[in-house]
Amino acid sequence: MYLFISPWIIGFLVFALYPILSSLYFSFTDYDIIHPPEFIGLANYREMFQNELFWQSVRVTLKFTFISVPVQLLLALGFALLLNQKIPLRGFFRTAMYFPSMVSGVAMSLLWYWIFNPQIGLFNYMLSWFGIRGPAWLMDPDTALYALIIMTFWTAGSGMILFLAGLQGVPSSLVEAARLDGAGRFKIFVHVVLPMISPVLLFQLIMGIIDSFQVFTQAYVMTQGGPNYSTWFYVYNLYTSAFKEYRAGYSSALAWVLLIAVMLCTALIMKLSNRFVHYEGGGRR
Amino acid sequence: MSTVRTAAERGRPSFETPGARKPDTVKIVSFLLLLATTFTMLLPLFFMVSTSLKSSREMLKFPPTFIPETWSFGNYLEIFDTLQFGTLYKNSLIVAAMSVLGTLISSALVAYGFARYRGRGNNIWFMLLLSTMMLPYPAIMVPQFILFSKLQWIDTFLPLIVPAFFGSAYNIFLLRQFFLTLPDDLFDAGRMDGCSELRIWYKIALPLSGPALATVAIFAFIYSWNDLLTPVLYLSSSEHFTLPIGMSSLTSSRFRIPPWHLLMVASVLAMVPIVTLFAVAQKQFVEGIVLTGIKS
Repeated sequence: MYLFISPWIIGFLVFALYPILSSLYFSFTDYDIIHPPEFIGLANYREMFQNELFWQSVRVTLKFTFISVPVQLLLALGFALLLNQKIPLRGFFRTAMYFPSMVSGVAMSLLWYWIFNPQIGLFNYMLSWFGIRGPAWLMDPDTALYALIIMTFWTAGSGMILFLAGLQGVPSSLVEAARLDGAGRFKIFVHVVLPMISPVLLFQLIMGIIDSFQVFTQAYVMTQGGPNYSTWFYVYNLYTSAFKEYRAGYSSALAWVLLIAVMLCTALIMKLSNRFVHYEGGGRR
Repeated sequence: MSTVRTAAERGRPSFETPGARKPDTVKIVSFLLLLATTFTMLLPLFFMVSTSLKSSREMLKFPPTFIPETWSFGNYLEIFDTLQFGTLYKNSLIVAAMSVLGTLISSALVAYGFARYRGRGNNIWFMLLLSTMMLPYPAIMVPQFILFSKLQWIDTFLPLIVPAFFGSAYNIFLLRQFFLTLPDDLFDAGRMDGCSELRIWYKIALPLSGPALATVAIFAFIYSWNDLLTPVLYLSSSEHFTLPIGMSSLTSSRFRIPPWHLLMVASVLAMVPIVTLFAVAQKQFVEGIVLTGIKS
């Protein structure tokens, strides 16, 4: 039996456990990758909490997460509900909405960089049809992060597919029974459908948060963290201090704070969700 | 009434948004909403394709044209000269193919182990597996970089490929869920016939797992094909660049005005393998997602 899982156990020890533990050690050292690490206690953590760039990266990442994840989930669920009816062109709609999710992160970043161009970009041109003079988007510290948030809505289709799969798992007998009992559309949705798809919702919420804690591509390709650090994402900060400033010790401390944040967030959501999430057959996981 | 149905719907009782039986206002409003959103979603894609066919002069025009005034199909050849596109594409294909191969073999093997033997020791490993699903790559990239640089793997494809051969938590989980749905009798029969476990795995379990394996292959391919961070860390010379890093390096470095029309060509061509995969494996993919029950 261990024969079968041994590849993963080896991979886990070499590519996960060893890096986690050594980064814990590095986080207490001053280390530039070339010279041997030198133990400095909690100095990295102390520096981090006094570092304005660190706090800026936390603010940017949290703001991005708190807006983009819920809106994206709502859009995905909304589209899935619309598509879960017998409607003409349904297959076309489903494919069309999923299509943007097939564009790679870099290609998407390049495309939207071009679309958000304040002078000749498509976005402001289309806003001008409605008499709106669009902002400078990525060139303006006040709007750059919102531009990146708007961009994430474009890929709501991938979440929609998962919701659709979930909706199709809702037995029609349950819905029928509720309808016979005189429940309206809204009541059926809240009391029957939503509980049935709550595991999908939970899964997507957690994965969405973890993913947006790790945003890197947009910052690297589109804004380089700017203008004026308005898109200085946490992982971009980590990348810069590790691979531009060669501060392996300090960046390991950043890595551990990220790890703890992800674990805390997941644990918190799991705990809160216990009351709301319904598992078929009494919670087999 | 339309008869468009997914493979997933066929033959399973499925829920429909209530009241959908009779054509009513809700349905008409839904249809119009869908029409509007689909239009909005497709517009950037349309713009991407149309820009890729514009001349370098037309791409800087305002207001932007939706249909190119002159069709510059030559762009699709030019990128192979100016952007070394052929090299980028080839590198990406090599890395992605190897990653898919590694992920499929290792994840299927490990998932089978987790599905078939559920002793206490295995449970502990399984909990560990689930917890690594949440492990953010940036949290381990610095020590991993130091490890790989000690192995002299910098500026090779190895750091992008080798980890795939040790399984990825998410795909292992997905395949395990699938293997659990296979009836035990099958494996018992195999054992009666004197097959070794390994033989049962590839003679009985794997052939039955088409949709699930296709799903994993697609996930692995997309992940590798789109990955930017790992190549940024490990690949330094441009003849080793993969598509994402090659494309992103073009915006800043060599050109005063980035050649947007050519970058859009690259974006379109970068989509081709992914769209093809979905087109070929769509049925299996949807089935795979439903069967493996991502929701649990």
